[in-house]
Amino acid sequence: MYRFRHHRPATVDEAARIFSDCEDPAYLGGGMTLIPTMKQRLAAPTDLIDLGRVDGLSGIRVSGEEIRIGAFTRHADVAASREVIHAIPALASLARQIGDMQVRNRGTIGGSVANSDPAADYPAAVVALGATVHTNRRRIAGDDFFKDLFETALEPGEIITAIDFPIPARAAYRKFPQPASRYAIVGVMVAELGGKARVGVTGAGPCAFRATALEEALNRGFDAAHLEGVEIPDAGFNTDMHASAEYRAHLVGVMAGQALAAL
Amino acid sequence: MQITLSVNGRSHTLDVPENTLLVDIIRERLRLTGTHVGCDTSQCGACTVHMDGRAVKSCTVLAGQADGASITTIEGIGTVDALHPMQAAFRECHALQCGFCTPGMIMTAIDLVENTSQLDGSTVREGLKGNLCRCTGYHNIVKAVLSAADKA
Repeated sequence: MYRFRHHRPATVDEAARIFSDCEDPAYLGGGMTLIPTMKQRLAAPTDLIDLGRVDGLSGIRVSGEEIRIGAFTRHADVAASREVIHAIPALASLARQIGDMQVRNRGTIGGSVANSDPAADYPAAVVALGATVHTNRRRIAGDDFFKDLFETALEPGEIITAIDFPIPARAAYRKFPQPASRYAIVGVMVAELGGKARVGVTGAGPCAFRATALEEALNRGFDAAHLEGVEIPDAGFNTDMHASAEYRAHLVGVMAGQALAAL
Repeated sequence: MQITLSVNGRSHTLDVPENTLLVDIIRERLRLTGTHVGCDTSQCGACTVHMDGRAVKSCTVLAGQADGASITTIEGIGTVDALHPMQAAFRECHALQCGFCTPGMIMTAIDLVENTSQLDGSTVREGLKGNLCRCTGYHNIVKAVLSAADKA
């Protein structure tokens, strides 16, 4: 691997300060995406700012109607958390489906969400549950967070510190995984929150989004019959060696149906 | 950068370039060559070791991330005379062909058995998703993990 500098700040403020002093910095979470990306030279930051030693960035706390998950909390810890399994079982199940065991032992929720990989799992939950992304500067609504392929509302240097997930009346996540990587070719979370349907989709488009047509259908009743014939336009959807845009659009309906059946 | 880590119970303080991978520290600096590099792209799992008790792919951990950690490699779990129960199960079930993936399979399987309450064929297969066997010897590997889990 090429040469870079590895910084290990102890606080969020120190991390942000180092970021502003570096030529081409990148924050390092668990490194499950960034390190392979650097090995392939798809990214070549001059400085890695490792958030692994920053105090207070990990942990899970249930408070009233929300679960707060610290940005450095690893996927395996979300998957195994009694609090998450009890309050939002769909979120624990989603975490259990990410990558493989070794990846879940290292990868972090903040890293996954900040990266906005079009096929990552967590973004579906962030939009479906109307999560709030906390940063060192502000709070960002889940609906406004994902902007495009690997693009989010985060500004340069901004650090995710925690994510709040409102506890839904019920929710389920189903994905059609790419069998080798386990990334979502399409993943759909269906949730009932405040009496309304919310449907978050990952894998299909350039970034996670809410499928409003499916939400409107389910607001007429959480019944599979209402999903029949709902148009999922494939304009702008991803096409690659694994699946065409048209096929992904079809999968959105299928995965939504499976998630609905699992509610 | 200077790092200190414990490997198989022995503490090591090393000066390494910042772009050093944990697997290279284990193999090149400490000469513990039981940990293998298969793909170097975090797909195959041959480089799996335990870091603070959990299975990780050591080709995707930087030296600076491993600073202060407690690492266990395949050399640290048993001896020729006293195999770890998972190693014994792999031997009994003939769970290897060429043997290249075996150290990673065993390290992953130990984490799986220690951290999963109930294992069956499908949960073992799911748990080993991050380890590839190019000989496709999965059937006996699954059998070995279940056999070790039964005895645990």
